[in-house]
Amino acid sequence: MIFSLYIINKAGGLIYQKNFSEGLKKLTANEYLVLAGTFHSVHAITSKISPVRNVTSSGLEVLEADTFKLYCYQTLTGTKFLIIADSNHPNIDLVLRRTYDVYSDFVMKNPFYTPEMPIRSELFDMNLAKLIKQVGG
Amino acid sequence: MAQPARLSVMSSATDTRHHSSKRASIVDRNLNKTKATEVGLSAFAFLFSEMLQYAQKRVHGIQDLERKQIPFFRLNDFGYRVGTRLLELIVWREKNSKRETRVIGILSFINTTVWKTLFGKQADSLEKSTENDDEYMISDNDPLITKFISVPKELSQLNCNAFLAGIVEAILDGAQFPSRVTAHSNPIDGFPLRATILIKLDREILQREEQLR
Repeated sequence: MIFSLYIINKAGGLIYQKNFSEGLKKLTANEYLVLAGTFHSVHAITSKISPVRNVTSSGLEVLEADTFKLYCYQTLTGTKFLIIADSNHPNIDLVLRRTYDVYSDFVMKNPFYTPEMPIRSELFDMNLAKLIKQVGG
Repeated sequence: MAQPARLSVMSSATDTRHHSSKRASIVDRNLNKTKATEVGLSAFAFLFSEMLQYAQKRVHGIQDLERKQIPFFRLNDFGYRVGTRLLELIVWREKNSKRETRVIGILSFINTTVWKTLFGKQADSLEKSTENDDEYMISDNDPLITKFISVPKELSQLNCNAFLAGIVEAILDGAQFPSRVTAHSNPIDGFPLRATILIKLDREILQREEQLR
């Protein structure tokens, strides 16, 4: 079960947020932004404090709690994809990859999209919904 | 765009095509060869995206009301330039090419040969308008050019297939069938992205058609 998806730009701003299941606690727009910003900072810290010398850490990738698991995938360009799911989803890595695929197709190839700005794209919403349905939202 | 954009599901994230130095570059190859000259859809999508942004940037300073219309006409112009060259290329490539003199002939040429060269498939339908007899419609259920494009609500009048309409218009013009060609989105069940190219023939063509009969 996948609960929600967040996309954070390289400056730590939230550019997309969507919930995929019913009964999630609704936050205000501001709270979502704070959440994204906070995660971005924590991610930056965790990628700096690697105890292994001379190796760059990827930073925070999974965060586990009683009721959910949060997965983060950071692209080479610094955009972060966050998926919140229940703890027994079999293959979140694939879901993150495919989300990135859909993003690069329907957001980055859309001439009306300005990079780093909030995503408003009908086709992205449509294809994302299709993907989530496929992988068991 | 003279080469077909035939890759349908390749996305940039998984695009792993190799550019080997052994193969001659696309401009050095024989013009008559059509095999393996397809262009990556991603490459085309990015190029088209830049063209659109270029067209949009250029319309600043023109009155607000007109602004929405301008990119539409520009896109049409872009397509027109492609179309004139494309017609030449296709006719040259065809082995037993003949000159189309009738409306139905040239329209089915566009519907099949032109579409195949551009997109690797035929258009999905060619219809005559029931209301006006100088109007014809070519429809594509899943237009490749606008596959990745979501037009924002405030620009809802804009149809990016105007580029395709420009190509069709140039081909008709080049074959001595002057007409006005426009693009419209025309969603039906199962095909929300379906686009229709509306062709309005000049009066003189209808008269000529009468004489040829």
